[in-house]
Amino acid sequence: MAGDLTFRSDVYSWGRYPRQRHHVHTLWDRHQSLPAFAAPALPYGNGRSYGDVCLNDGGVLLHTRRLDRFIAMDANRGLLTCESGVALEQVLDLIVPRGWFLPVTPGTKFVTIGGAIANDVHGKNHHRVGTFGHFVRRFELLRSDGRRMTCSPKENPEWFAATVGGLGLTGLITWAELELRPIHSPWLASETFRFFDLSEFMSLAAESERDYEYTVAWVDCANRGGRGRGLFMRANHAPERTDLQVGAKKKALRVSVTPPFALFNRLTVPVLNRAYFWTTRTNRSPKLVHYNAFFYPLDSVLEWNRLYGRGGFLQYQCVVPHADATEAVGRLLARIAQSGNGSFLTVLKTFGNRPSDGLLSFPRSGVTLALDFPISGQKTYDLLTELDRVVIDAGGAIYPAKDARMSPEVFHAGFPRVQQFSSFVDPAFSSSFWRRAGH
Amino acid sequence: MRKILILGATSAIAIATARMLAGAGHALVLASRNEPALRTLADDLRTRGAPRVETMRFDATAYHTHQDLVKSAAAALGGLDTAIVAYGSLPDQVAIQDVPERVIAELETNFTSVASLLTILAAEFERQEHGTIVAISSVASDRGRAVNYVYGSAKAGLTCFLSGLRQRLWGKGVEVITIKPGLVDTPMTARFRKGPLWTAPEVVATGIVHAIEARKAIVYLPAYWRPIMAGIRLLPERLFMRLRF
Repeated sequence: MAGDLTFRSDVYSWGRYPRQRHHVHTLWDRHQSLPAFAAPALPYGNGRSYGDVCLNDGGVLLHTRRLDRFIAMDANRGLLTCESGVALEQVLDLIVPRGWFLPVTPGTKFVTIGGAIANDVHGKNHHRVGTFGHFVRRFELLRSDGRRMTCSPKENPEWFAATVGGLGLTGLITWAELELRPIHSPWLASETFRFFDLSEFMSLAAESERDYEYTVAWVDCANRGGRGRGLFMRANHAPERTDLQVGAKKKALRVSVTPPFALFNRLTVPVLNRAYFWTTRTNRSPKLVHYNAFFYPLDSVLEWNRLYGRGGFLQYQCVVPHADATEAVGRLLARIAQSGNGSFLTVLKTFGNRPSDGLLSFPRSGVTLALDFPISGQKTYDLLTELDRVVIDAGGAIYPAKDARMSPEVFHAGFPRVQQFSSFVDPAFSSSFWRRAGH
Repeated sequence: MRKILILGATSAIAIATARMLAGAGHALVLASRNEPALRTLADDLRTRGAPRVETMRFDATAYHTHQDLVKSAAAALGGLDTAIVAYGSLPDQVAIQDVPERVIAELETNFTSVASLLTILAAEFERQEHGTIVAISSVASDRGRAVNYVYGSAKAGLTCFLSGLRQRLWGKGVEVITIKPGLVDTPMTARFRKGPLWTAPEVVATGIVHAIEARKAIVYLPAYWRPIMAGIRLLPERLFMRLRF
């Protein structure tokens, strides 16, 4: 049906902003070439990136969720090959009972393998192992001209580097082979601490990195002065415990209506933050937590993004190098606290030194801060533009997977290899993000 | 554990059904004309831990091969007790309605070839005095409409054939199940614009597996199609012929 495009307006990214028009084409068979379209195309997995990297206004979205076959699993060596539309949840359902786990996982298991590669996602163990891309042994890249390339760090390495973190622009990833991580049980031994300012966070992070595979902190960014108090969590996979079984799956809650205004707003967020800070139980001795509760707490509330109301919300994630991290993050938090624009899901994490493989990979040595803001008009954008300045002055970068508004200058400043990358973009592919910030 | 032959195993509904059946521990023979897709599906099912998956090339309109196909499927699994006929072709009505050869080809794919297979399967299951035959018909078989009457009439023939077969085999240990899916989002319907009445193949697959377990006779999937089609069947022809839907 080349050239015959019908547009619909009900496909969003996870931020439910911006709202754009797309022709949606479902892919059913990885062996088939891509059809030719009269408008640029972009692979779309489960729509879990926040801004517009997964959107393509006025163009075609190649819906990949039907490319959902497993191809092979080597349960002795911990290798899994599957199509790119398989979601992490399906992978976990298959591998956890066989004693394996994802080597890197983001905070939701509803992303596809293709999306995880295209955004070179990271997890709470970045300081130890690096990014998702580090565990991708190889994948197949299908270009719009029908060419297929197997890409790995050794085979077509330049295409591998362009496609890992390549925002779906270099072609369609049809399948990928992943390295898994062995586990003894689905449980984690987790500890939680309160901290009262940024320097306390920094020392907790520093002392935990050697002995804990997973570290992350939630920050109360609405707290007066933005000193950065919060909750620090660290964990390791639990050792073998034969008496423990996977519990029955709890039915997830679902937010099935979108309220007319954001339920997280400048009145509720400070109260919620304070309550969360003081009521969360801390425990200095490890307790067992199921992997779903530890890694994917938000997945138990389906469509929680609707709580931000019809206007949607903006995510903001940046990284600043270690050298000035305390100072730069301190300035960011102070500025946010001063603005009164609260964020409930504020996450602080140290990245390790392992360089990412992708030309456009976001993770790099430093400290990363992620926040989300209900959109309250121009002043939200003005605030984020101010934050950009702090980040770029500190030599940092903004995460494209969560962005809907950074300027081309800010993107290029954080990603100096954009020019080099652009020669790998498939001529028939584009995205709203790329048209907005890439040039 | 059932020993199940799926004909047209690479259709979207069949794939979803095969995953559920394999997950429940049943042994499967998958038959399809599309050999690469067949291998892809078999790899998927085996990786998910399916206990037994065999594949066979199968061309619906190569009638002379039907007998051997059923025989070798049974040989592969050491017997057969369930067969699911899941293939079909939904033509572009406007493109074929004035071309007799193409109309005949569609009727052969959707009715004649299925009747041939059902004849063989019925005889086999009647002889062994047990078995379940499932065939995917369509809500389109309930009334001929201008937009798809070639497809609809083939499916109507199939629905009627299954009804007769069910009556013939009643009391002989053989179940005959007619599945009537409504609008399902599959490659077969890729060219249509989707609305609220559309369903995912997984929903239909769940209904098929349930129909097998519960020994149903005629199943509309999803169930809301039963009252919708009942209403459409009640419209007087004089009125119906003037409608455009």
